Amino acid sequence: MNLPDDLKYTKDHEWCRIKGNRAAVGITDHAQDQLGDIVYVELPEVGDAVKKGESFGVVESTKAVSELFSPVSGKVVEVNDPLSDAPETINEDPYEEGWMIQVEFADAKEPDALMDAAAYRKYLEEESE
Amino acid sequence: MAQRTPLYDVHVRAGGRIVEFAGWQMPVQYEGILAEHAAVRERVGLFDVSHMGEVVFRGPKALEALQRVFTNDLARCADGQAQYGCLCREEGGIVDDVVVYRRAADDLLVCVNAANRQKDFEWLHGHAFGADVANESDAWSQLALQGPRAAEVLQRLTSVRLSAVGTYRFTNGDVAGVTCLLARTGYTGEDGFELFSASEQGPKLWAALMEAGRAEGIRPCGLGARDSLRLEMAYRLYGSDMDDGTTPLEAGLSWVVKLDKGDFIGRQAMQKQKEAGLSRKLVGFTLTEPGIPRHGHAVLQDGKPVGSVTSGTKSPSLGTSIGLAYVPPGLAAEGSTFAVDIRGRAAAAKVVKTPFYAKKK
Repeated sequence: MNLPDDLKYTKDHEWCRIKGNRAAVGITDHAQDQLGDIVYVELPEVGDAVKKGESFGVVESTKAVSELFSPVSGKVVEVNDPLSDAPETINEDPYEEGWMIQVEFADAKEPDALMDAAAYRKYLEEESE
Repeated sequence: MAQRTPLYDVHVRAGGRIVEFAGWQMPVQYEGILAEHAAVRERVGLFDVSHMGEVVFRGPKALEALQRVFTNDLARCADGQAQYGCLCREEGGIVDDVVVYRRAADDLLVCVNAANRQKDFEWLHGHAFGADVANESDAWSQLALQGPRAAEVLQRLTSVRLSAVGTYRFTNGDVAGVTCLLARTGYTGEDGFELFSASEQGPKLWAALMEAGRAEGIRPCGLGARDSLRLEMAYRLYGSDMDDGTTPLEAGLSWVVKLDKGDFIGRQAMQKQKEAGLSRKLVGFTLTEPGIPRHGHAVLQDGKPVGSVTSGTKSPSLGTSIGLAYVPPGLAAEGSTFAVDIRGRAAAAKVVKTPFYAKKK
């Protein structure tokens, strides 16, 4: 399972990459693997507000719908629009090309509560038991 | 505790992702639903469908008895032929949709849905009308070899001349040394075969078929691809598109209801329903706006719920979002438009002709 060290993780299997007061958000390798072939993605628009732990969109595989939960609270400043035409990018490259939104967050401490790669790895192991 | 088919270990070894379905631990996919779907449409795929049940009617009263619980007309089904139809309650509600394999007038095998094995057996046994009714579900393994190259692959393993076995016909024969009921039936819309064998022979047969199809790029296929393939053909799925509360007429299955064949359970109710007119119909639709319809989404007309989606997906073959839904008769004609409530957003939809997918010639 690919878990980059520079990312933060949630129990809902989202990741975020923090740069200053911005967080790029996507779903983890584990999440895309569990979902299977992703065929549809619904994302918010630039300017929308997102809240930590609340749904900001959905990804759908042939078989299932899965909600996306924001790791941080803030404002959407960028959306990876090409994903709507090529949702399979999320399967192929979940941590780079498969990013979903960029959030400008207000509370600088908020990301501290998220798991690092080691903690998320441990969480996955416990979850699979 | 969920049940396992004789192929369970084979699926795990092949990398199948096991999920629980209708009380069974089954592979939902191996490599991926889209790849498996494409393999069946373009080449050949192999499914384990041993979770399906088999109830057998035997004895001098077998045919007559089954006629009284089955909506289609087995008098128009020759020995060696299979026929699709429904089992119905007195009120017309569907107990199950089944395929009957008529081996002889005194020996008919009814293939039932996995979730309904026990229910169907009890229903049929309770309405045996003098026939000997046996639940042989545990004794049979069932593999489905489906796709345009299926016959070519299967022919390598059997001396049965497959070109002589027509669609919805079957015969007995050995496949890779395993005694089978070899039927040209399936649930994918492609040419293909369903092989019924003794339960313990399933793994041997599976291995032989996978080996024989290697050059064709045969793929093991899971329930995910089975569902997307059947939905592209608008084949109904019991439990999603119909159940004890819907009649075959509402489900668009009037073509397998022979009201004039003589009496059968549910006939009167359906005769009445036909005369009175239907209050809802199952139709195929495509979305003309982004989104994927799913079971349970409301059908909206002028913003008000008037029906319900029973199946939906993004069609792997067509790339469009397709679905089946119960709608009022006024919205059932081809070209009718309505909306589907997708998580609070109304997505425009249009009724289309089914099957959604037309087989490549």
